[in-house]
Amino acid sequence: MSSLRTVLESGRLVVVTGSGGVGKTTMSAALGAFAASQYNRRVLVLTVDPARRLADALGLESFGNAVVEIEPSALARDGMSPAGRMFAAMIDTKASWDELIERCAPNADVRDKVLSNKLYRNLTERFVHSHDYIAMERLFEAQQSPDFDLVIVDTPPSRNALDVLDAPRRMKEFFASRLLKLLTTQAQSRLFSLAAKPFFLVADRILGARFLTDITEFFTLFRTMEDGFVKRANQVEAVLKQHDTSFVVVTTLESAPLHEAEFLIDALRVRGYSLNTVIANRVTPQALVAEAEAALSRLEMSIQDPSFVQEVVKATEDAEPSAEQISRVVSTISRRSAEAVRKGLAEQATLDVLCNRSAESQAELCICAIRSAEITRATALVALGESIHPA
Amino acid sequence: MDDKGALARSLNTSELQFVAKEVSPNLFAMSMNTEDSLREYIRLFVKNPLVSTFGPLAKILDFVANAAPGVKEILAVGKLCWEVRERNYDIVIVDAEATGHIVAQVDAPSILSNLVQVGVIREQTKWMQEILHDHATTGVVIVATPEEMPVLETMQLLDTLQNTTKVGVSAVVANRVHDDVVQGGDVAVFDLLWQAVQLNNMTKDVSEALRAPMQLLNVATQRRQNEVGNLEQLVARSRQGGVMFMSVMDIETRDAEVVTAMTHVLKDELQ
Repeated sequence: MSSLRTVLESGRLVVVTGSGGVGKTTMSAALGAFAASQYNRRVLVLTVDPARRLADALGLESFGNAVVEIEPSALARDGMSPAGRMFAAMIDTKASWDELIERCAPNADVRDKVLSNKLYRNLTERFVHSHDYIAMERLFEAQQSPDFDLVIVDTPPSRNALDVLDAPRRMKEFFASRLLKLLTTQAQSRLFSLAAKPFFLVADRILGARFLTDITEFFTLFRTMEDGFVKRANQVEAVLKQHDTSFVVVTTLESAPLHEAEFLIDALRVRGYSLNTVIANRVTPQALVAEAEAALSRLEMSIQDPSFVQEVVKATEDAEPSAEQISRVVSTISRRSAEAVRKGLAEQATLDVLCNRSAESQAELCICAIRSAEITRATALVALGESIHPA
Repeated sequence: MDDKGALARSLNTSELQFVAKEVSPNLFAMSMNTEDSLREYIRLFVKNPLVSTFGPLAKILDFVANAAPGVKEILAVGKLCWEVRERNYDIVIVDAEATGHIVAQVDAPSILSNLVQVGVIREQTKWMQEILHDHATTGVVIVATPEEMPVLETMQLLDTLQNTTKVGVSAVVANRVHDDVVQGGDVAVFDLLWQAVQLNNMTKDVSEALRAPMQLLNVATQRRQNEVGNLEQLVARSRQGGVMFMSVMDIETRDAEVVTAMTHVLKDELQ
């Protein structure tokens, strides 16, 4: 297991996964911004999520298939220029599919027929699985590109992230499937095929003969690209298991994201991927919780002491709040901070469990403290990346 | 739709399956499984139960349900619309997939009807669209936490649903909203106290008793101020339907207890 910083300094591909709403995209952007700021590396942050969170996280209006470079001055802190460069891209599913077809089609005729096929246009533009496959395609391209030293990939929320990771295997299964063979067998032999007959009876009835013909035509064209697709799917799978590819699971300490993180940790292990880091996000700073806990008993006792309130009134006498007001606010501070301390202590217990769980999977548990301000600038992303520390 | 076991935990019941089970009087729960949905579809519409259990064909069907683009969406939405059409329940509530996928899901019947000109499925996409596009029957409820990105994403989803689909939005819910640490006139007093602590205008004992607890609360106060800004944007964008607010629940609270507590809040919000 390498430390997160070692991964950012010398790794090639970092895949960030986690449940929805845990701050995964911000974390991906922060890791990228920190790596580009700290190390002399060209870092690409790529989002394969159909939602446009990354553009928002980086304060960009919008960007698509084209890679956008983040202005180096935006990453500069305290007058220091960043050591490296940062780039960002998201996936335009339709454009990426078209590029893929152009590359894999055996000739111009097949390419043009596929690109103008009505079924192809609808499938590639709209549906989730078509996005999943192309996401892996883009990941592979970015990882192979000589333009970047490190690629950080922000994935969709967990189950969908697994769909994305499984997409190359599904593509291979698709080309090896009986369905494709049935659909692309010559009509004449199909008629006499015992295996095909019940399928076509059902399909004819449900889909109608016309649509079935459209599907058959489309898949017959698609099958001519089998070699290119299968070869690429194998390459993508190999990249995900390479020694310089690392997976990061991001979670908060609430029960649903934690369950999901545990599920992901297991799912990644089953698939043979290298989970390097688990990041607990939005954690209340434990040192502050401990200090507040220590101060609380003194505060609770002091509230009963009239001289304490008088002392506070004296300290704020220019503004002249009444003793009653002071007393009420101090009571609120005592009560609300006691609640916050209880929550912080519960978080500590959860962190201990997560620490053990991470160690079992040979992953490093890192902590990212809760932020009091929204991330509105790239420098804030750098600071956020820098603040992530081992538990 | 994307069963992680959270719904079963929230309803205090064992693992959910495709066949709905009654988890408490008049409340049924199921988890979506596209393979089972395809089998049910074939049983209902092909009227030959053997087809879906027939060796090699069963494998093909599993493949179709899980791998072919668009099939997963239509099988899921089709199952939901079927339950509505048959009036098997008075109301069907769907815990949908992630934001990036919801549009493809609710729009699947419209897309398919553009592709298929005749056949059983063409007729079926018609009644599915009727159900989904009737705002008195179907509505999307968008849930967001009051942080910057979820709020932005909600506003984008509102735009996409309105501009590219005919599906209506029934409500926007801001979930896990924190309350103010101090309220009204006490805010100014809190600030005065913090200023006095920072300037060491108090004796060491008093200052030390207040410093760390107030620092801890300052994190919560700042977060609350951010939330207020984000919620203002959300309310402005969702002015037609309004925004409902759900307070944050204690992290120690168990799932099923959270559900009960949320039920009470929702009841008040809806009245």
